[in-house]
Amino acid sequence: MNFRLSDEQREMSETVRRFARARGDSGARRVAFESETGHDAAFWRELMALGVGGVVLPERHGGLGLKLIDLALVAEALGYAAAPGPFLGHVLAGLAIDLCGDAAQKQRWLPALAAGEAIAAIAIAEAGDRCRPEASQIGVRNGALTGEKRDALFPELADVIVVATADGFALVEKGAAGMTFTPRDGADRTRRLSHIAFARTPAELMPTRAEAAIGDAALVLLAADAFGGASRCLDMAVEYAKTREQFGRPIGAFQGVKHQLANMAVDVEPARGLFWYAAYVFDAAPEERARMAAAAKAHIADVYMQAARLMIEIHGGVGYTWDHDAQIYFKRALFDFAYLGTPSRHRDRQAALAGWSARAHA
Amino acid sequence: MNLDLGPEYAAFRAHVADFLARHWPPAPGADPAQAAAAFRREAVEAGFLYRSVPRIYGGGEQAPDPARARIIREEFARAGAPRELEGPGVSMLVPTLLARGADWQKERFIPKTLSGEIIWCQGYSEPGAGSDLASLRTKAVLEGDEWVITGQKVWTTLAHLAHYMFILVRTEPDAPKHEGLSYLLLDMKQPGVTVRPLKQMTGGREFNEVFLDGARTPAHWIVGKRGEGWAVSRTTLKHERDAIGSSARTEDMFAKLVQLARSVEIDGAPAIERADIRQALARIEGYVLAQRYSSFRAQSMSNAGEEPGLIGALNKLNGAEIGHRIAALAQELIGDDGLSMPPLGRKGGARGHEKWVNQIMGSLGVAIAGGSSNIQRNVIAERALGLPRGHGDGA
Ligand SMILES: Cc1cc2nc3c(=O)[nH]c(=O)nc-3n(C[C@H](O)[C@H](O)[C@H](O)COP(=O)(O)OP(=O)(O)OC[C@H]3O[C@@H](n4cnc5c(N)ncnc54)[C@H](O)[C@@H]3O)c2cc1C
Repeated sequence: MNFRLSDEQREMSETVRRFARARGDSGARRVAFESETGHDAAFWRELMALGVGGVVLPERHGGLGLKLIDLALVAEALGYAAAPGPFLGHVLAGLAIDLCGDAAQKQRWLPALAAGEAIAAIAIAEAGDRCRPEASQIGVRNGALTGEKRDALFPELADVIVVATADGFALVEKGAAGMTFTPRDGADRTRRLSHIAFARTPAELMPTRAEAAIGDAALVLLAADAFGGASRCLDMAVEYAKTREQFGRPIGAFQGVKHQLANMAVDVEPARGLFWYAAYVFDAAPEERARMAAAAKAHIADVYMQAARLMIEIHGGVGYTWDHDAQIYFKRALFDFAYLGTPSRHRDRQAALAGWSARAHA
Repeated sequence: MNLDLGPEYAAFRAHVADFLARHWPPAPGADPAQAAAAFRREAVEAGFLYRSVPRIYGGGEQAPDPARARIIREEFARAGAPRELEGPGVSMLVPTLLARGADWQKERFIPKTLSGEIIWCQGYSEPGAGSDLASLRTKAVLEGDEWVITGQKVWTTLAHLAHYMFILVRTEPDAPKHEGLSYLLLDMKQPGVTVRPLKQMTGGREFNEVFLDGARTPAHWIVGKRGEGWAVSRTTLKHERDAIGSSARTEDMFAKLVQLARSVEIDGAPAIERADIRQALARIEGYVLAQRYSSFRAQSMSNAGEEPGLIGALNKLNGAEIGHRIAALAQELIGDDGLSMPPLGRKGGARGHEKWVNQIMGSLGVAIAGGSSNIQRNVIAERALGLPRGHGDGA
C-alpha cells in the first residue's frame, strides 16, 4: 500500500501552488474579483503555460496523460490561492471531450485546450435542481439544441461549450446561432456564472456516454478546491492570531482562540485524505467512484464553509470588510457549497449508493 | 500513489480466510482460554497479530500496511476469532520498551505481555496531578540497589488485575518539575502496594486507587535514565493517543451504528430509511472516511521516511469528537432503550440496544483518558500550529 505523492506529483502541484499564490496574493485575485468579467487573461495564459489545461488529457493530444488525482492537486492549489478564472469548466469540458468525443472531435479540440489556445466551458445544471449531467432534459434534434442550462462557468469566454443533454454531451461552438447568456450576479466574483438559453442552436453530439463520470469528476474537483480554500483559511487565521495583539498579547495566546483554531485544524486537515481518495478511485476503483465523490463534496464543502466563517470571526472587524481578502474566501466557500448540489443532496446520494436500507446486510 | 486494492489484496484476504478456516473455532470441548492462547500463537506466527513487534520479542514483524491490517481485522471479526490483546501493556508499554527500553527489559517483558501472561497498569495520574501530570508527587528514593516508592496513584485502569505497573515517580526533588521524574517498572504483588477499586459511571470497576507505601523495585527496573521519565512517558502517551484515536476504532463503531440504524424502527418504519437519519449517518461517515484515508496517507508517508505534518497531532481529538457524534446519533436511534442501564460484561450482558448506553458513556472516557480534549487542543494549537505558549497549558 502506498498512499503518498510521488516526487513528480508533488512538483507539479507545488509549481501551480507557488505561481497561483504569488500572483493571487499580489493582486490577481482582487483585480479579477473587482473586474467586469472576472477573467484575468494574463494570469490564465501563464497558468496554461504550466500545463494545467492538459493534466488528464492524453499525451498524443498534447496533454500530460496524468490521473484525476493530479488534476485534483492542481484544483487544491488554485483553491488555496482563490485563483480566478475558468479552470473548473475548462478542464471538465476537456475531460468530457476525451471520454465522449469521436476521433475528429478530439483532434479538433483537445490539443488547443491542453495548450490553452482555446477555452472551454461545460453546462451541466438545469432548473428544478437538476445538478447532475445525467439528469439533463434538454435534447438535440436534427443537430439543433433548444432549452436552458443554468450556471455555466464563464461560457461567454468559451470557444467551445460542452452541454449535457438527454442524448449525451453535445458541443456548441462560440458564436453559434440562437445562444443567449444571462449572467448571474454571483457572490463569488472569481468564478462567474451565466445561464444559457439555446434556441435551435447548432450542436454536435458526442458518441460515447459518460455523464455520470463527468458529474463525479466535477464533485471531486470542487472538493479539492474546497480543501485548498479551507486550509488557506486555517493558515490565515493562525497567522493573524500570531500577529494581532490585544490586552498586550497576541490574540493567539488566548485559550479561547487557540481552541477555536485547534478545532478548525481537526476539521480541515483530515479532509485531505478524503479528497485524495475520491480522486484516486475515480481512476483506480470505478465502483467506488460515485459514492466517494459525493461524500467528499458533501463533507469538504461543509468544512470549508465552517472554516471560512471562523476565519472571518478571528479577524474581527477587518475580516468583515470588502477590502480584506477574507471575504473572497468566504464567497469561494459559498460557491463550493452550493455549486452542483448542496451537501445534503450529496449525502442523500452517499446514503443511497451505500445501499443503506433495512433489507441489505452489511 | 497506489492503494493496490487489486489482486494482491484479494489474495491476502483469501490467505487470511484460509488460515482462519484451519485454526478457528477450536475443537469442541477445548478449554476456551487455552484455545484462544494457542490460536494467538499461531496467528502471530503467521504474521497476523502484533505486526509492528519484532519476532524475537514475540511479534508478527510485518511492514506496516493499514489495508492489510484492516483485512485481518475484518476477517478475524467475521470468524469471531481472538484478536490482539488490548490494555495498557500491549498498547503503551510495549511500544515504549521497543523505543526506549534496555534489551533485558524487552526480552523479559514484551513476549509475555503480548501473550497475556503479564498484565500491566499505567501509574501516571494522581489526585493532585491529572492534566498537569508533571506536578506529580509520588516519590522514589534509591536505597542500596532498590527504589523505595511512596505516594498515591488514581484512575489506574486494571490495577486490581495487574502483575506490574509502569509508573512515573519523582526521583529528583530539587530538579525543575519536568526534569525530576523517572519511569520505573514495579511489581504490584508486594506488601507496599494497596489497590482499592473505584466504581465507574458504567457500573464497572476497571479503574482503581493505588497506595504506595514503601513499595520496592530493583534499581535497574528503570526505563531511560534518572530524570528522563517525562520524555519516556511522552513516548507512551503518543502511543496511547494514537490507539485511542485510531481510525480502526471509529470505523468499527460506525459500522455498528449503521447496523443499529438498520435494525431499529422509528414510528413503524426502519430508521435507516428515514431521510433525517440517513443525513446524520452520512455526515458522520464524512468524518470517518476523512480520518481513515488521512491515516493511510500518514502511514504511507512515515513508511517512506517522510513527516506527515499536522495530522499526527490531531488523532486523539479527532477520534474523541467522532465518538461524541456517534453517541449522539445512537441515542436518537435507541429511543427509550436509552432509559436503561446496561448490565455489565461482554458475555451474558446487554442483549438489546441498551448496550449502546455503554458507548454513550464510554465516549466520554475516551475524551478524558490519555489527555483530555482541551489538553489536546492546547497541544495542537501550540505544538502543531505554533501559537504562543500559555502558562500551564499542559502542552
Ligand atoms: C476511563 C479512564 C481511564 C483512565 N485510566 C488511567 C490509567 O490507567 N492510568 C492513569 O494514570 N490515568 C488514567 N486515567 C486518568 C486520566 O489520564 C485523567 O483523568 C486525565 O488526564 C485528566 O486528569 P483529571 O482527571 O485530573 O482532570 P483535570 O486535569 O482536573 O481536568 C478537569 C477538566 O479541566 C480541563 N483542563 C485542565 N487543565 C486545562 C488547561 N490547561 N486548559 C484547558 N482545560 C484544562 C480538562 O480538559 C478537563 O475538562 C483514566 C481516566 C479515565 C476517564
